[in-house]
Order: sequence, then structure tokens, then C-alpha cells
Amino acid sequence: MAWFKRDKDSIQSPVPPEERRVRTEGMWDKCPACRKIIWRKDLESNWQVCPKCEHHFKLGSAKRLELLLDDARWTEHDSELTSSDPLHFTDTRPYKQRLREARQKLGMNDAIVTAEGVLSGRQVICCAMEFGFIGGSMGAVVGEKVTRAIELAIARRCPLIIVSCSGGARMMEGTISLMQLAKVSGALARLDAAGLPYISVLTDPTTGGVTASYAMLGDLNIAEPGALIGFAGPRVIEQTIRQKLPDGFQRAEFLLQHGFLDAVVPRPQLKNYIASSLEFFLA
Amino acid sequence: MDMDHQKRALDNLEQDVEQLRKATGDALSRTDLERLRGDIAQLKREFYDNISPWQRTQLARHPGRPYTLDYVQHLLTSFHELSGDRSFADDPAIVGGFGWFRGRPVMLIGHQKGRDTKQRLARNFGQAKPEGYRKALRLMSLAAKFRRPILTLVDTPGAYPGMDAEERGQAEAIARNLREMMRLPVPILVTITGEGGSGGALAIAVGDRVHMLENSIYSVISPEGCASIMWRDATKAELAAGALRITPHDLENMGLIDRIVPEPEGGAHLDPAAAAQAVGDALERALAELGALSVADLLERRYQKFRRMGQFFADLA
Repeated sequence: MAWFKRDKDSIQSPVPPEERRVRTEGMWDKCPACRKIIWRKDLESNWQVCPKCEHHFKLGSAKRLELLLDDARWTEHDSELTSSDPLHFTDTRPYKQRLREARQKLGMNDAIVTAEGVLSGRQVICCAMEFGFIGGSMGAVVGEKVTRAIELAIARRCPLIIVSCSGGARMMEGTISLMQLAKVSGALARLDAAGLPYISVLTDPTTGGVTASYAMLGDLNIAEPGALIGFAGPRVIEQTIRQKLPDGFQRAEFLLQHGFLDAVVPRPQLKNYIASSLEFFLA
Repeated sequence: MDMDHQKRALDNLEQDVEQLRKATGDALSRTDLERLRGDIAQLKREFYDNISPWQRTQLARHPGRPYTLDYVQHLLTSFHELSGDRSFADDPAIVGGFGWFRGRPVMLIGHQKGRDTKQRLARNFGQAKPEGYRKALRLMSLAAKFRRPILTLVDTPGAYPGMDAEERGQAEAIARNLREMMRLPVPILVTITGEGGSGGALAIAVGDRVHMLENSIYSVISPEGCASIMWRDATKAELAAGALRITPHDLENMGLIDRIVPEPEGGAHLDPAAAAQAVGDALERALAELGALSVADLLERRYQKFRRMGQFFADLA
């Protein structure tokens, strides 16, 4: 038994514990390139480009369309398509659950937005991939939406722009995902035959089946600075050749040097670059 | 391996019956004997029909399996191998050339693996580089120019994931093949003979008919690769092989391939000539069907064939 006892309740802190610290979380970001601390609002107002060193952060699909399309207005197509999990795929977690979580987190049904809008006064079909949705991977839904977008561009006789950001084909839909590469490429053959321009914008990262199909098939292939672009991912290559890859390997500048890109265009100039290219093709 | 064990047990059964016949002389009636043999044949068929996806993967990779040049030997006469992509090099992981197939001039292109260590290295284990895919496209365009049908044989673990391949545009080479194959104005017949490894396989597998040998696989990623990414453990490959649905029956059910070509009992490696015969018969029939189509019809059907693939989504609207 205790010798003495507190008569009153224990001492109350005047400030509840969750408010005792100055809350900085969510306000600041650290740039992985220059390691400087950036105020998040600055980053957002600069289209996710580091104001200090111009490192390009990933840009979400909605922001991407806002960047490219006039008055930040567009009509989205096929937004209601969602995967039916054809393989009933389960690894450490069911694919259905991964889909559900991605849908909740991002408020969209798969890894791409396909839209119709106006770019510098010109009607375009513009697609933007969303890396946050299962690594921007392409399964049946992405393949179908891109194919429909291409067919729409042909029907409307307007240019096509696809902004890629993807780890490649979606493993959880197996060979169905693989076949999307052929399906989309076939539609692009028709767009090509119809004499319509297709501008492919490759952003960080664009690898695997997306690079090996529509991302590399643009009339113009343009990339953002520093974007990782390749067929095999760097880790797979390192495992194959059993040595470390040199700095800058598979980066946009490297691909430009090796002849696979028309240009590397910084994000703030992207819209103007596309607009003037379309002007050249279609004026 | 578990499968070898079961296979041996079945072979032993056959021997047992033979011994039984010898031991009993005429005591065992002819009908009993026939019935026993029939039962064993049935058991064997069931065994090979029901091998697991992982076992089928092993068969697809069997080192004794016939490769493209073996099929050439069995199926073509006066074959001329053609080399080089006309811009960088000749890739020994893909071979191609023209020859006569059952009285018709055709262009044949396929992955080539090696038999021994030296050959395997020379063929880079059937993993093509951009120059291989560019060579394939060059030969296909040549075939189109002279209105010759194209036969492709697919057997690759995948496109080569190395530095040189990346530098020379592996992705671009594959992508271009996909687009161009979709509009080549001649029949294209694809047979997956072993491993259909992802983009590296698809790069010569866009066609009017896609056949698969009974013990072949066709996948977006190798079971090992899938296991190491999704389970973070490459030893879970057996599980991944099942989850990925890479067997001919699964793919036929999903509408991704057109025909399954039966193999000799136990696998193509036990009787390459019979396997080649079966592949050839399926190709001959398909060629006859496609020969009747106009070019416009052929291309429209090819487009629609792939256009329909993967209608596996729900419309929430």
C-alpha cells in the first residue's frame, strides 16, 4: 500500500499531445536531386518541378491534363471501366484487394485517364497515365481505353497525345496484359495510315510493355528531363550482367543521345512544344 | 523431380504387364491383356493432360525440345537462311529464311536456342537483341513484297535484358514489329513451340493464327520473375506458374490463342519428327483457310482478332 495518495487528478497538460509539436508534415518536401527542402506549395505551383534544381517529380494524371489542356477543361471517356480480375490472381494479397485500394486512394478506376480537350486552340485526344495506380501498369482496361482513344482520334480526325508513366504490363492479368501491346500497336498502325499525328510523351518512369508498344511509336517521341525509359528495368539488367549500371543509363538524355527520342522537353515548355509541333503537322 | 517419378511409375506399369504376359504364358486371355494395356494408356493420357502448369513449363524448356532449325529440317525443303538487320549485326538468337513448305514458298522466322553450352552462349539462350527483331521485320517485309506467307516459331525466355540491347533500342524494335506485323499484307501464322516469353515472344507473334504446342507456355513474365517481384522469393515460381495462367488450355479459354497442337506422348523431345508433323499439319490447314481471303479481309480480321482480346472489365456506368 502506498504511503501517500494524490488527492486530485493527475496534472493535465494545457495542450493536448497531438498539438504540442509544430506540424510540418505535409508542408515540405525534400528534393531527391539537390537535397534542398522545398515548400510544397512552391512545388505544386511549379507543376511538381523543383524550383531550385528543376528536378521533375512525378505529375498525377489530372494535373497533367491541366498542364496540357486549355482552361483545365476536358471530357473524360470510359472512366467507368474497371478490371474484372480475369485470372482471380492472388500473390501475397488478392489482386481484387489491390485494385480496391488503388481505386479508393486515387478516386479513379484504372491507371489512365483518356480525355478529349483543346490544346492551344486545337481539338485533341489526350491520355495521361497514373503511376500511383499499381505502378501505372497496363492490363485489359488500360489497353482497351488507349485503343478506344486511338479509334476516337481516327473518327474525329484529331491528333493524339499519350503521356506515359508506367512500369509496364500488369502482371496480375498475365498474358491478357501482354496482348494489349499488340492491340494498341495495331490501332496505332491505323492512326498512322489515317495520316494523323501522334505525339508520345515519356515521363519518369516508362518501362516494359508500355515502352515496347505505344510509348516508342510516336511520330514524335519526346521525354521529360531525367525520365527513366527502357525495356528492362535497371535492376533486371544489373542482375543479368552482374554489375552496376553507370549513372544516367536509360535516362532521357541517354536515349536522346542514342537516337530514340526527338527531344527532351522540360515540363514548363511541354505544352508549347506540342502545340507548335501540331501546328507544323496540321496548319 | 516429382514428374519424372510419376512418369517412371507409369513406364514400370507397362513393363509389369509385359512381364505378366511372359510369366503367365497363354493363361492371361488376349482381352484381359488388351484391357490392361488400354487402362495404362488411359492413365498416361490423364497424366499428361493433367500435369501442373509448372511441369508444363519444365517440358516447354526441356533441353531436348525441337528448336526452329529442327522444324526447318522436318518441314521445309531448299531452305535459304538469310542474315542481318542491315544496320547493325546478325543476331543468332533469331533465324529466318525462305524455303518450300509442302509445295508452297514461305518465309520462316523463329527463335533459336542452342543444344550445348557453346551453342547456347552463341545463341544467347534464344534471347534476341534489337538487331534480331529488326532482322525478323526485314525478312517479313521481304516476304510481303513477294506475297509469300510468313510462318513464325516462338521459343524464347524473353528479349535480352542487357545494356547493349537497351542502348540499341530493345523497346523500339519490339514496338515497331508489333505495329508493322499488324499491317503486313500476307498471312502470318504463329506457332508457340516452347517458351513464349513476354514482349520478346510477341515481337514475332502478331498474326492471323496463333497455335501453341501442347507443352508450351505463353506469359507476360517468367514464373521466376513474377515470383521474385510479387512474392519477393524466386522459389515461389511454381505458385506463380499456376497464378499466371500460361498453359495452352487456359489461354484458349481466354480467347488468346486459336489452336492447341498435340504433342507426341511424353512431349515433343521424345519424337521431334512427329511433333514437327503435327505443327506442319496445323499450319497447312490454316494456310488453306487464309489463302481464300482478300488482303483487306485478312487485315481486318487480324485487327479484330487482337482488338477483341482482353474484354475483361466491368462497366460501372
